[in-house]
Amino acid sequence: MTLKPNYQLMNADEMRGTLNRLADEILNAHSGRELVLVGIQRRGVPMAQRMAKTMADKANVHPQLGILDINLYRDDLTHAAVQPIVRRTELPPHIDDKEVILIDDVLFTGRTVGAALRALTDFGRMRAIQLAVFVDRGHRELPVEANFIGKTIPTKDNEVVEVRLTEIDGEDAIYVMEKA
Amino acid sequence: MDLLIKNGRVVDPARRIDAVVDVVIRGGKVISIGKADVPDIPQFDATGLIVAPGFFDIHVHLREPGTEEAETIATGGAAAVAGGFVAVAAMPNTKPSNDNPSITSYIISEAKRSSPALVFPIGAVTREQKGETLAEIGEMVEAGIVGISDDGKPVMDGRLFRRALEYAQLFNLPVIQHCEDLNLSKGGVMHEGVYSTRLGLKGIPSSAEDTMVSRDLILAETTGGKYHVAHLSTRRAVEMVRQAKAQGLNITAEVTPHHFTLTDAAVAEYDTNAKMNPPLRSQDDVDALRRGIADGTIDVIASDHAPHHINLKMLEFDRAPFGITGLETAVGLAFTELQLPIGRMIEMFATNPQKIMRVTPWGLFEGSDAHITILDPKRRWKFDVSKSRSKSRNSPFHGREMTGKAAGTIVYGKVVHEDRS
Amino acid sequence: MKRKDLLGIRELACDEILEILDTAESMQELSSRPIKKVPTLRGKTIINLFFESSTRTRTSFEIAGKWLSADVVNISMSTSSVSKGETLIDTAKTLDSMSADCVVIRHASSGAPHTIARMTKARVINGGDGAHEHPTQALLDALTIRQRKGSLSGLKVAIVGDIAHSRVARSNIHLLTKFGSDVWACSAPTLMPVKMDELLTENQNRLHITRSMDEALDQADVIMMLRVQFERMNESFFPSVREYFRYYGLSRERASRGKSDAIIMHPGPINRGVEISSDVADGPYSVILDQVAAGLAVRMAILYLLLGV
Repeated sequence: MTLKPNYQLMNADEMRGTLNRLADEILNAHSGRELVLVGIQRRGVPMAQRMAKTMADKANVHPQLGILDINLYRDDLTHAAVQPIVRRTELPPHIDDKEVILIDDVLFTGRTVGAALRALTDFGRMRAIQLAVFVDRGHRELPVEANFIGKTIPTKDNEVVEVRLTEIDGEDAIYVMEKA
Repeated sequence: MDLLIKNGRVVDPARRIDAVVDVVIRGGKVISIGKADVPDIPQFDATGLIVAPGFFDIHVHLREPGTEEAETIATGGAAAVAGGFVAVAAMPNTKPSNDNPSITSYIISEAKRSSPALVFPIGAVTREQKGETLAEIGEMVEAGIVGISDDGKPVMDGRLFRRALEYAQLFNLPVIQHCEDLNLSKGGVMHEGVYSTRLGLKGIPSSAEDTMVSRDLILAETTGGKYHVAHLSTRRAVEMVRQAKAQGLNITAEVTPHHFTLTDAAVAEYDTNAKMNPPLRSQDDVDALRRGIADGTIDVIASDHAPHHINLKMLEFDRAPFGITGLETAVGLAFTELQLPIGRMIEMFATNPQKIMRVTPWGLFEGSDAHITILDPKRRWKFDVSKSRSKSRNSPFHGREMTGKAAGTIVYGKVVHEDRS
Repeated sequence: MKRKDLLGIRELACDEILEILDTAESMQELSSRPIKKVPTLRGKTIINLFFESSTRTRTSFEIAGKWLSADVVNISMSTSSVSKGETLIDTAKTLDSMSADCVVIRHASSGAPHTIARMTKARVINGGDGAHEHPTQALLDALTIRQRKGSLSGLKVAIVGDIAHSRVARSNIHLLTKFGSDVWACSAPTLMPVKMDELLTENQNRLHITRSMDEALDQADVIMMLRVQFERMNESFFPSVREYFRYYGLSRERASRGKSDAIIMHPGPINRGVEISSDVADGPYSVILDQVAAGLAVRMAILYLLLGV
């Protein structure tokens, strides 16, 4: 299956602006309380790291960071890579009673988030779990919605939303691709 | 039975015949060899084929009495004639062992009743093949054995083997030894070499065979007995036999087709159809065996046909029994792998076996019993083990393409097997 | 994993091995969680078929399977049931009728897992067969080495002991030479297999054979001691325990011939005072307990890669 680019949704500047806005929204909703930003492998991780830096720079807030790989919790229908690689999971200790913001690049069927919720329950009982995503592209298969959304766009079944981050892909951009 | 074999190339090196002529058989005997025109008897058109003295496989395990689920005298005989053999010599390691005249008589009468091939029993050297005391060799000779051997096992005790070599001379019997020092080979399941190390299987070193061949050759020399080495498999053993023959000793040697065709690499992923004793050895050994065939050091090709029920071969390698079938592939492999002159093929399959075993010879001469093998050296074929006449299926040669096959097998003038392309 | 079975190291490519090690590393954190369970293999049936007794390997596989939420069944086949006539084929067919997804086999006969793998649909993991291979041991050893040394390449690894009968030695030799480390196999002449120098490894020039423990240990990065089986004495492989330890045992003095940061490994269980002295086994450079932890992670990774995709 080959992908060809359909159009570019965001460039680097737009992405920076969006991430900053999301960080603000999260802070406004949670001022004063202990936050943990948990990035979902793979691209949720650098997103969480950037947001943490923004929060520290702009508001002197230092949320804890966590990393979550959901491959061990997938249900059969979760979209997975041909050879799903199990990556690191690292959560801060004493996560009970904290407010967790799950962070991912694209919200699609909702199954990744479903798996993330199952994973988090094995780590303890968090006070609250909320979700922040860069792009919501619709087509939900589970009753999952994000609390903080970068951009909502309608997409077709044969399209793929690719979020590229410098830390992993060498550039910052979001493309909507089409399956050839 | 009467039969006219027409227009074949008749080759019998022992009688120095090699000519395209006809063979007339009446009453199961060869009447004349020469141009003939006898319209009233059945004909076998041997145009383009070779007419040879009947082939004799002197190392076969028929498994009856005792293990009839693997093979019977009837099915073994059927496999033999399908492979072009008019006769087989049956090794004594049945259950009970052929160590007394009543078992010998049973085998002979059962063969007469049900086997299309002639069956010549080989008697045991020792009682129950335990290697302790001599079996009733003389009485077995009267019952019809053609040689003695404890095959399956060696006679480990040097003193006892010496006695056997001495005693057998009374009857002009060959003493056939399966050469294996059981202490050196203990626990081994394949040739000791790179492959056994890599596969983690216990090895049977060449020295297990060589040390016994060496001992036996000295005993043969000092006793003057008629000694025959079964299934030679190592380079060193071939060299020792060569040297002993050069010294003029009364010794002969045989090789199996699998030993000149395959190496220990055939074990591959623990294929139990590559497990036999002596084991498949290295390329160096295979090359030495082929040289021994070419220069006359090795006298006979014999299959060591060792059928085993399919269940037994489906065990883990350590537990599977040793042995593979071979009656139906021997001639094809000899043709394909060795490319010998036809005279030499016939020597190794017909002439020499008769010289070694205690039988009344047959061949292409007037007055002989009409036991004849018809060969098609150009016939291309593929061995399909599922169609084998043997009860057992343990062969590594399933699917193997060969050139050269027996087109007909004739016993007492009767065509007991015919297979033309 | 694209293969149906994991039967040996020899046939694995380097990237397959790395996939297992990387996955194992990611899964190690499971052991530090309060709830040591993930639902990945829920509903899968794993059968531990052990024809040879082994508490540690079997327990390791059992825990690995359970942490992944699989249903794990242990079957210990004593040789007596085998001699009663039940063949491997019967066993394989029984496994299929139980709809086993995966079978872990340990057997005293080399090649037994291969025979069973041919006859069953279940994924087969070789838990050790005869003197042939013990792939999960070599993988956990590799993970331990990589975590301590940072790499699997360019190391000098000494393997000392009963090489002739050791499947652990063979699997480690295949793996380490594949990655470009030099393996020094050292044992008494009676315990070195025939044609060992010609053993078909990926990189034959990386395998060195020696009878001298000093030569093998000199500047070694990793010292791996193998277990001596006492039965060998009855077969005259060596005269006595005392003599064995004198010439081939790892004493503190001998261990110091390796590099100053050399790690000491042993597949376990150790015979104190036979192949390794207590002070070395319990000393600061011994990673024997790390190997056990690595074993759990590696086995989880393998089960996940075979069954969890």
